[in-house]
Amino acid sequence: MNLEDIIQETKTYNCLECGKCTSICPVAKYDPSYSPRGLIESALLGFGDELVFNKELFSCLTCYTCQQECPSDVDFPIFIRKARSIAQDNGQYGVCAHSGQLQSLQRLMTSPVIKQKRLEWLSKEYHVSDKSDVLFWVGCAPYFAPIFEDIEFNALDITKASLRALNLLGIEPKLLPNEKCCGHDALWTGDVETFRKLAEYNAAQIKEAGVKKIVFSCPEGYRTFKLDYPNYVDLGCEVQHISELLAEKIGENGVKFKEIKKKVTYQDPCRLGRHLGVYDAPRKVLESIPGIELVEMRHSGLESICCGTSAWTNCDSYSNMLRVERLSEAVETGAELLITACPKCQTHFRCAMVDKGDEHRTTPKIEVMDLASLVANAIEEGR
Amino acid sequence: MAEFEPQILAFCCNWCTYAAADLAGTSRIHYPPNVRIVRVMCSGMVNPIYVLKAFEGGADGVLISGCHLSDCHYLDGPVKCDAMVEKLRKVLHVLGLEDERLRREMVATSEGVVFARIIKEMVEQLKKLGPSPFSSLRKEKVAV
Repeated sequence: MNLEDIIQETKTYNCLECGKCTSICPVAKYDPSYSPRGLIESALLGFGDELVFNKELFSCLTCYTCQQECPSDVDFPIFIRKARSIAQDNGQYGVCAHSGQLQSLQRLMTSPVIKQKRLEWLSKEYHVSDKSDVLFWVGCAPYFAPIFEDIEFNALDITKASLRALNLLGIEPKLLPNEKCCGHDALWTGDVETFRKLAEYNAAQIKEAGVKKIVFSCPEGYRTFKLDYPNYVDLGCEVQHISELLAEKIGENGVKFKEIKKKVTYQDPCRLGRHLGVYDAPRKVLESIPGIELVEMRHSGLESICCGTSAWTNCDSYSNMLRVERLSEAVETGAELLITACPKCQTHFRCAMVDKGDEHRTTPKIEVMDLASLVANAIEEGR
Repeated sequence: MAEFEPQILAFCCNWCTYAAADLAGTSRIHYPPNVRIVRVMCSGMVNPIYVLKAFEGGADGVLISGCHLSDCHYLDGPVKCDAMVEKLRKVLHVLGLEDERLRREMVATSEGVVFARIIKEMVEQLKKLGPSPFSSLRKEKVAV
């Protein structure tokens, strides 16, 4: 694919150079050298090299804030994603967060002979069934757990809470012992080849498992399965985020909640919100728990601000400023708990709060929790 | 079929293990030629990505070796390295990689014999284990 195809595909040629994207872009707000309009301009004027070899290419959060404002309907995140794959072909891999470990793990996972030990945390407490037609996608949580030990975040807590919530609602899901990463990060850093291999492998595993529905606790996996897999493989089943499933089931008779007296606020993950338009389901779940008072942040829903890093690409001081801004908004609401529905949002917020570089301790502190964890704590009796 | 010859990538600290490897050479101690040494300034600077990239590149084993705890030129390099290796081991375990493929050692300048012994042991172990599960990702074969 060359730049011309990308311009055609993402309708970049419609760009009016109005600069609304740059004015609303959360990265451009802090990083003066980053400009979505500038990147588009260099592509349209034929300076492809300027775009491909620009280190700012990997600064985009692909959070879709710009597209909400764009009067010409330019699909900027996809434009960036495809430009990154040209950059990769030219040996430009960007400066990735965690030195690119997470991307490397995905490439290692493409090996056909590996036997992962990804379900060692699974105890008898959680009921899973091989006969079930609902599959729960564990995703990267077993990898995140050791990597993010030192920021006191265990991604498996979200997985366990999701399983507990599903069990309480009478669902005993199936788990795949050798599922591989969905490939989200590989795809968004431009490594299409790795993504294709992972997608083909996962699709074959899912077909073999013969399930009707896959439930995700991670919006990135959900987005990838819902919007990107159909372009590469045929899944033949329905996908759903756990918040949507909970919203559906909670209305049913017999589900009883304990009262949790807390004021909470909700962070819309970019993948779940702007990418897929799921805004109401998590809010409905929160509001159905007695005692929970939901207050919205200054920017919420469509306008909500990203947690600062996506697909483990860039993570710099500007990303941290973004996190601090978002955490301040959360604290401003007077809430005691910040609820997210994405393990990565939680990683990034927690990281900002334990940041050793923050000598003056100016980062606002608030407890962060996943929606699934809150629900698992609140459900008393299931169906 | 020719016997499987494992390839080991060793990250050796400039001040201790690299000098020990040198000493092993100048003392004419024999050890298998399956190791490629990368000199780093301190074992504490070895980033997990170095190890992951080594496996991606087709290494069958990775050795990280540096000064003993009290010998570090930068005070706490080995402590950092130990913490990194401990964390990385857990990740590689989930990935299904055998524990023996990543080895962490401390070899001082005078311990040329120890260095040669470690390489010998590691080659024997890796021969038993066979090629790394990631060896198929290697784009081009490198001759041992």
